[in-house]
Amino acid sequence: MAMATDVPKEGFRLSMLIYDTRYRSYTIQLVVLVLFAMAVAWLLNNTVHNLALRGKEFNYGFLWQRAGYDIGQHLIPYTNDDNHFRALLVGLLNTAVVAFFGCIFATILGVVVGVLRLSRNWLVSRLMTVYVETFRNVPLLLWILLSYVILSEVTPLPKDFKVTDEMIAAGEAPKASMMLFDSIAVTNRGTNIPAPLFERGLGTLDLGFMSLNLTFWAIAALIAASIWVNHRIVASARATQESTGVRPVTWWKSLLVLFAPVIALLVALGFHLEIPALKGFNFQGGILVAHSFTALLIALTLYTAAFIAEIVRAGIMAISRGQSEAAFALGLRPNRTMSLIILPQALRVIIPPLISQYLNLTKNTSLGIAVSYLDLRGTLGGITLNQTGRELECMLLMMLIYLTISLTISTLMNMYNRSVQLKVR
Amino acid sequence: MSETHAETVTFVRDTMLPPVLPPVGERGAVKWLRENLFSTPLNIALTVAGLGAIWWLVTASLPWWLNSVWNASSLGECRQIVAANAGEGATGACWAMIRERWHQFLFGFYPPAQWWRPVLSFGLLFAALAPVLFAGQKRNLSIILGVVAAYLLVTLYLASAPGLPFVLALVLIGGLLALAQMMPGRLLWFTLIYPALCFWLLWGGSIWSPIVAMAGFGVLYAVFRLASPLIGLAPAAGAGIVAAVLWWLYAEAPVVSALHGAFPIFLQSINSDQFGGFLLAIVIGVTGITFSLPIGILLALGRQSDMLIVKSLSVGFIEFIRGVPLITLLFTASLLLQYFLPPGTNFDIILRVIILVTFFAAAYLAEVIRGGLAALPRGQYEAADALGLDYWRAQRLIILPQALKVSIPAIVSTFIGLFKDTTLVAFVGLMDPLKGVTQIVRADIAWKGIYWEPYIFVGVIFFLICFSMSRYSMYLERKLKTDHR
Repeated sequence: MAMATDVPKEGFRLSMLIYDTRYRSYTIQLVVLVLFAMAVAWLLNNTVHNLALRGKEFNYGFLWQRAGYDIGQHLIPYTNDDNHFRALLVGLLNTAVVAFFGCIFATILGVVVGVLRLSRNWLVSRLMTVYVETFRNVPLLLWILLSYVILSEVTPLPKDFKVTDEMIAAGEAPKASMMLFDSIAVTNRGTNIPAPLFERGLGTLDLGFMSLNLTFWAIAALIAASIWVNHRIVASARATQESTGVRPVTWWKSLLVLFAPVIALLVALGFHLEIPALKGFNFQGGILVAHSFTALLIALTLYTAAFIAEIVRAGIMAISRGQSEAAFALGLRPNRTMSLIILPQALRVIIPPLISQYLNLTKNTSLGIAVSYLDLRGTLGGITLNQTGRELECMLLMMLIYLTISLTISTLMNMYNRSVQLKVR
Repeated sequence: MSETHAETVTFVRDTMLPPVLPPVGERGAVKWLRENLFSTPLNIALTVAGLGAIWWLVTASLPWWLNSVWNASSLGECRQIVAANAGEGATGACWAMIRERWHQFLFGFYPPAQWWRPVLSFGLLFAALAPVLFAGQKRNLSIILGVVAAYLLVTLYLASAPGLPFVLALVLIGGLLALAQMMPGRLLWFTLIYPALCFWLLWGGSIWSPIVAMAGFGVLYAVFRLASPLIGLAPAAGAGIVAAVLWWLYAEAPVVSALHGAFPIFLQSINSDQFGGFLLAIVIGVTGITFSLPIGILLALGRQSDMLIVKSLSVGFIEFIRGVPLITLLFTASLLLQYFLPPGTNFDIILRVIILVTFFAAAYLAEVIRGGLAALPRGQYEAADALGLDYWRAQRLIILPQALKVSIPAIVSTFIGLFKDTTLVAFVGLMDPLKGVTQIVRADIAWKGIYWEPYIFVGVIFFLICFSMSRYSMYLERKLKTDHR
């Protein structure tokens, strides 16, 4: 047998940096790195030069100056005497609240539409197709502008709600009336909804840099605790079922744990609703929700729901027919087939694109600028930027915040995704 | 047989009964209704709800559509006409606004005498797209070019184009039609020169600037061909790029002015702030789509690469762009670029927006294509390696055709998203059809208070464009389907 001769050792030649695949990747990376460093250095140099030329310096001190502008919708106490940083926080919370409710409503609507689109009912599935195609193929901005214009131009004036003695005598109804047991009034100035009030609230805790609304946090903590206890009850029921085969009855325990403590706390705090009422020329009491918020929420919900519906439909269709046939062969009823066989598998397909829809919705809240909704972009990237003239700082900070939000949401959702993913060895 | 039976059985049927129709409930429309609309109580409820929704929509909007007014000079006049025709309190659409302002929705403030230029560019766009969309299909190509010729004949006449360009455009499209009959493959050359032609038509100026700029690519290719036998492929490509950049930086301006002095062929210059409406949306959308695909492919390959630095730069770029809203990027284009570029540089706002929109779409495309790349079985990569293909050949011949095919639906929906996002340029002061133009119209005292009509008009056009894009992607998917599932 011929002995395999060793490959003759070659000396390292410079041309091997280009022609030898072992070294070529180092050459390429070095070139890329140098080019990248040069580009960054060029940009930084330009920026420093431009800042010097304009007599500006890069610092965030302006955040602690008095903001001097009002924000209609603020979830934490805010006046125009507060500083720009506080305004930023208010804007951030406004972004968060639209994104939060938008995600919830869009998911509900999207799942319903997605399932109905697969329905055997010819009429309903066609209607849902029309809805999905209409909303997917027209820009979101149109839906935002249209909802806003309709809300502020079609809705009645506050004075249309007025019931005078003459009208009662003549048996006439007022031009407009409130909705939902006279608790909600939609006028051209905004939507008046009942406000939750507490007779014996817990007050606020002042931490110096921010104050905590103790009532709110007490309720939130109680709800979280109830959910956790309920989770334990269900888990122990499952453990019993797996060891003995008999599932203990838990529904009344769950109901009791979930609702009794919260109701007890609400009663103890003296919870009641303050219903808006027409006094003089405008509605008093309750909370006035600006149309910018409502329009943004409606548009984001309807638009994103169309995308979620397609995702849900694709997820359900991705499960092969054999799965449901196997379930039927085992004698499972259609409802249980759906909940035990189809949905758990479909969720794995649905969740990753659903995450990116949530992210898109969150980023799309920045379109609130079209209806002057003061979200993060409207406060930090809008009025603060224009008042202080610090484009560079404001834009960089705003991008950083959006980036943090996006990365946080996607990390959280990816963790959830990993927990439901098919475990492959 | 029958004889034996004749003794034992009293009656034997010896002819077939004529077939009887199925019961009424099991055939025709009734069966269809029962199966599709009224099969279960839930379905009945859904059907009733659906019918109710349709009924509500129709009763609410039908009179509005039927009472449409096309001839009026203000919203008040529209309302008077509706009230006169249909009685007091009736509602009616006021399309007279579209009739008066359609040109702003289409062209923005583009000078009316020059409307033939965007019209011509739009027609030629399809002539340029056809060889890409329907590669080598002589029949489809001819149909599209024929439609484009008819479109140009009508619209150029309506836009009262001057005689010379009219004739030249028709000669050009005739030449393309002839080319489609003889050598359909060669039509791609028109696609390649179309960007320069379109740029010249839309922005005007001397014809020599786009020609000389395109010549830069010629310089690149010439240097590459001349140098590659001497110094190898990669260094030759580098030398070519350097030569082209030098050409654009130093040679372009003097050559253009010299040529312009010798042969002054030019169109009236149009400023970017005169662009608006769908002209602007289509310019930004088409340019963004064209350039984002190659960049997206490169980013996706970079993200899949084994080289750590290339990979982390790609990941950083993609995640950054995907993590921030497009609006902040557009504001970067309008506010921050002046900080990042050398003092005194000031380039066109439309160009800046196009660059940012392209990067935005490219980052999304990169993720989509990465999905396609990940979906390919490992064996494909290994087979390409086993055949001895180098990286770029393997990508071009084996990997990308399959990966792109898998990701077509997602790529097209990214394109649709990009086109819809062109409306956001309104926030940096450009006049998009949705917010910019509509705001101008609604600010006019004659049309104050009009809202359904402009939004429906713009929405329908967007719908038609986006919907046809998604239908084309379905066609492409079917055409490229090679498996037998």
